[in-house]
Amino acid sequence: MLQVTNINKSFHGKQVIKGIDLSVQKGEVLVIIGPSGSGKSTFLRMMNALEFPTEGDVLLEGESILYKNVNNKKQPRKEKELSKFRAEIGMVFQGFHLFAHKTVLENIIEGPMQVRKIKKEQAIQQAEQLLEKVGLSDKGNQYPHSLSGGQQQRIAIARALAMKPKMLLFDEPTSALDPELVGEVLAVMKELANEGMTMAVVTHEMGFAREVGDRIVFIDHGVIVQDAPVHQFFQTNQKNDRINRFLSTISRNVV
Amino acid sequence: MGEIWSNIKIFAPSLLEGTVITIELTIISLILSLAIGLIVALGKITSNKVINKVCNVYISIIRGTPLLVQLLYVYFVFPDFGISLTAFQAAIVALSINESAYLAETFRAGIKSIPKGQMEAAQAIGMDYSQAMRRIVLPQAIRNMIPAIGNSAIVLIKNSSLAAVITVSELMHNGNLLAASTYQNIQIFTMVAIVYWILHYPLSMLVDYLEKRGVNHHVTSNQH
Repeated sequence: MLQVTNINKSFHGKQVIKGIDLSVQKGEVLVIIGPSGSGKSTFLRMMNALEFPTEGDVLLEGESILYKNVNNKKQPRKEKELSKFRAEIGMVFQGFHLFAHKTVLENIIEGPMQVRKIKKEQAIQQAEQLLEKVGLSDKGNQYPHSLSGGQQQRIAIARALAMKPKMLLFDEPTSALDPELVGEVLAVMKELANEGMTMAVVTHEMGFAREVGDRIVFIDHGVIVQDAPVHQFFQTNQKNDRINRFLSTISRNVV
Repeated sequence: MGEIWSNIKIFAPSLLEGTVITIELTIISLILSLAIGLIVALGKITSNKVINKVCNVYISIIRGTPLLVQLLYVYFVFPDFGISLTAFQAAIVALSINESAYLAETFRAGIKSIPKGQMEAAQAIGMDYSQAMRRIVLPQAIRNMIPAIGNSAIVLIKNSSLAAVITVSELMHNGNLLAASTYQNIQIFTMVAIVYWILHYPLSMLVDYLEKRGVNHHVTSNQH
């Protein structure tokens, strides 16, 4: 589905991502973990070209989303072409980022109407189905600021789904939530995973990773330290010290 | 008292004509300056360094020189470059350009006040930069900017009186002519001042109202 090849990213000469190769299979739930500042969010943001890598490429179903061949020369794609690919790869942010001046329903139909050029009635009908899916059918006419964080994040997931994306990226979707609201968002994500949605999730929720994830990638200092199926990753005889330390810090915080 | 009243009746038609011109000057200049101001603001926030520089120089020149100089420049110097304008046209050009530099800063600050996540979320559902700007960022930015734009409009009404210097027959100019020919300085200039005040008043109330509403809006939009 999505393939990342030898990707590098530097900000002002400082290298944040140092040559990562990774591929996500169709229907797979990939969980990306790592200490804060390890570059995992930057890495995720390059998967839909919100950040442009300094080196390397990202392929969606075999086609580069970043470059095109013009007269056998590799050229960076223009803004409009990048947008076309972003529409195929949904993204859910840590801070929700619902459009503050639009109602919940307007948030969800915005992409389908403006980008996919779908008729309004059809977009609304689809949006209502999505609202029902995330359990917020009664909130369509409210504005985002009147909703709890958990509700806002579920709306943000519905907004991403409305584009019928080929895969979804989650950038710490529950990190900004009060603890009692985390569960409702994870439940929606779990349902999506069960339906076969391809997902890449940056998270600290080890319970979710263990239960829903297929594969775990541990990133630290901009490189992949380990890339393993979930059951293997959580085996107690972890050889890697850094991962052990990270896991024990996390579980201490979780209680 | 009777004499004052009959004088007012004599002066009123000319002052009213001037008032209409003042309103025309203000409205046309405001619309043009909003358009130019938005373009300059977008030029300031784009990643193209050359365009940034050009916009900064534009703002610096316009804000750094007096409006009176700009008016005289457009009216008397532009013809030397083959651009001859009527007094009214010259006043529109000078007022629009002058106001646009201030509005550009208002627009830029308004756009910057919208969290970056709004642009990113719009891009993440497949909108390109201009679509995201037009549909998501600007509508929110303009809502925050309305009080500042209202203040600019009030300043513009009063600034338009400087057009009298290049013989545009607006309120100030007509008042000046009347005063010169009748020597009724107190009455005429008081009437002129009152008319400016009356023109500004509804706008001022509108700004107050929007500011109050804007404060409420801001509180709610700060929650995320």
